[in-house]
Amino acid sequence: MATVTLKPTKTPTIMFEAFNITPDAFAGKTPAQIAALEGREGKIKVTIGDFFEVSGSPGATAAETDIVIAGDCSRVKYIGNKMTAGSITVNGNADMYVGGWMKGGKIHVKGNVHSFCGIGMEGGDILIDGKAENYVGCAYRGDWRGMKDGTIRIKGSAGNDIGTFMLGGTIIIENNAFIHVSTHAEGGTVIIKGDVEGRVGGQMVKGDIYILGKVQYMLPGFKKIEVVEKEVDGVKGTFDHYIGDLGERHPKSKGKEIFANLYVKAAA
Amino acid sequence: MPKLITQVGCPYCGSSCDDIEVLVSDDGKKVLEVHNACTIGNNLFHHANDSTRPMLPRKRQPDGSMKEISYDEAVDYTAKTLLAAKKPLIFGFGSTNCEGMSAVGRVAEKAGAVLDNCASICHGPSFLAIFDNGYPSCTLGEVKNRADCVVFWGCNPMHAHPRHTSRYSIFPRGFFTQKGQMQRTIISVDPRVSDTAKLADIHYMLNQGHDYELFDAFRTVLRGHDIPDEVAGIKKEQILQGAEAMKKARFVMIFFGMGCTHTDGRNHNVDIAISLTRDLNTHTKASIMAMRGHYNIAGPGQVWSWQFGFPYCIDLSKGSHAHMNPGETSSVDLAMRDEVDCFVNVGTDAGAHWPIDAVKHVKKHPFITIDPNFCMASEISDLHIPVRIAGVDEGGVVYRMDNVPIQFKAVLKGLTGVPSDEELFDMIYERMCKLTLTEPIWLAALEHRKYPSVVS
Ligand code: SF4
Repeated sequence: MATVTLKPTKTPTIMFEAFNITPDAFAGKTPAQIAALEGREGKIKVTIGDFFEVSGSPGATAAETDIVIAGDCSRVKYIGNKMTAGSITVNGNADMYVGGWMKGGKIHVKGNVHSFCGIGMEGGDILIDGKAENYVGCAYRGDWRGMKDGTIRIKGSAGNDIGTFMLGGTIIIENNAFIHVSTHAEGGTVIIKGDVEGRVGGQMVKGDIYILGKVQYMLPGFKKIEVVEKEVDGVKGTFDHYIGDLGERHPKSKGKEIFANLYVKAAA
Repeated sequence: MPKLITQVGCPYCGSSCDDIEVLVSDDGKKVLEVHNACTIGNNLFHHANDSTRPMLPRKRQPDGSMKEISYDEAVDYTAKTLLAAKKPLIFGFGSTNCEGMSAVGRVAEKAGAVLDNCASICHGPSFLAIFDNGYPSCTLGEVKNRADCVVFWGCNPMHAHPRHTSRYSIFPRGFFTQKGQMQRTIISVDPRVSDTAKLADIHYMLNQGHDYELFDAFRTVLRGHDIPDEVAGIKKEQILQGAEAMKKARFVMIFFGMGCTHTDGRNHNVDIAISLTRDLNTHTKASIMAMRGHYNIAGPGQVWSWQFGFPYCIDLSKGSHAHMNPGETSSVDLAMRDEVDCFVNVGTDAGAHWPIDAVKHVKKHPFITIDPNFCMASEISDLHIPVRIAGVDEGGVVYRMDNVPIQFKAVLKGLTGVPSDEELFDMIYERMCKLTLTEPIWLAALEHRKYPSVVS
């Protein structure tokens, strides 16, 4: 694997929209060519070289290319946008749209990320060591086809709108989350290891949610049907199994309605 | 002889009453009497008589004072500032006509600006819900003629839209609702005992911020499932009673306001309200409508959706396409994250309605206000450009809250030399084209364009 290192040299005044920081765009280019790749700062066309010092060299294909950003990207949007392979490591924070519409490869952000991390994701892995703001693995506005595949793991907490309109894939939040988990989802798995304030699985058609902490306000559309033993992301436990959202439409299979599943860790 | 002008539209709240009569003085310069309007509308017309209304732009001087300058200078400053900024934000349009909204589209595109309207801090979440879940809506005429069960969810028209209840929703006698209020079941959902709640047959005084749960409870009940004994602070029996009232009605109308769009969950509260409306249609007829605040705040949604494909939060800085994603391209978020470096406030008062921190952020950069009157925003601006008052001394098209277009009339002769929003934006656009050595593109608008014939 060949590594390209980007060292931040300047903080953008308006956000830097770096939709070209992807292994796909970097593959087969020289550092000078990478530095000349386009981005946006407001209406101004800028280049990656305006904000980063580029060193190392990429592989011939995206899959053979690793990108390391050696510093903070708090004002850089769209890192790993639509990437298909390879890897990106950010040694600091990143702004919005990390791994947006990503199809494959790996992203590791060692700090925090802002909203829309993994929006419209179709594959690959995102690992965030810090916390995420809102809209983790959500759908783009108005799109009823949200996250399709891939894995997002947030080690810290997350805000609201996790996995909205989700169809597949896995989202793991290792700490607390605020409200709206898997709203409108028709598939996929969301695991929240901390507490959630509420609105878990609202308007949810299909899919699974695991809450290892507490849900402060349960939705009235979820009904407890049984107590089960489960192993979730390496944690064994007893869970209350709810089905819902009973207020929402549900598909039928062999004459029986299929509901979404919500597993909440049973009180000890 | 004073002249009585009839069928005048009131340029204040989203009810956009179009049955106002205004008596104006001989010379057409003073409003003498206003008939049919509520107190707010009445006052609005009389305000136009104010002799202290600004007639020239004012620019902030190095010593902090404001000095009157000519319109040419103001247009030049605005054009140059917009061109120099990396990402200007043009916000407002709560109170102006569609002609102005259309003209600003050209300016925003040329400036690579973010174009946003007051929906951003008001009914924007409703748009997001509509994108996600559709909008089974109707006109206010249908409400008047058909609705026999009216739900006011998180809104208080008795104060915010004073004539809404008498013209459309509670009191009027319509074709199928000839007994008026007697025939209508009124349901109010509000954590406070508002004046609308006092009129209601059923008042759900829910725990604040738990609207989503209550909507979900109604939906669950309508699908024949059981619910917990208490949801969002409301007893199960009460919920069953309301669900039954809605099911039995011939036409259910749900009106929702800021209580849904600006409490936790925002767009999701509206989203599930839309789902509930859809569910109700398996039992009876049901429809839903946003209680839009201003008389033409539905206008930018219509005009800009036609121009750019999006109703609000439109980022035109890309040059090649419009990008919209509230949370990122919404005005307050842009301000709080220091993503804009020039702010133009049009026909609204960001100084009064924005969070103070957001105002502080945009205040670091050039701040221009385009508004007929003095307001908080105009007083902290670097430049204040007065324009005519749409609906009073300037006519135009407005969209009522149900997205019905209405032609509003000018009742007064405008102040001499003061342009309308449309004329001002055309002047700014033309100046921007001159400065960038490009040809202005007027398309079909050119023939209808009033500038520069009116402004001397
Ligand atoms: S209800 Fe609204 S539109 Fe009608 S007169 Fe009053 S302020 Fe004007």
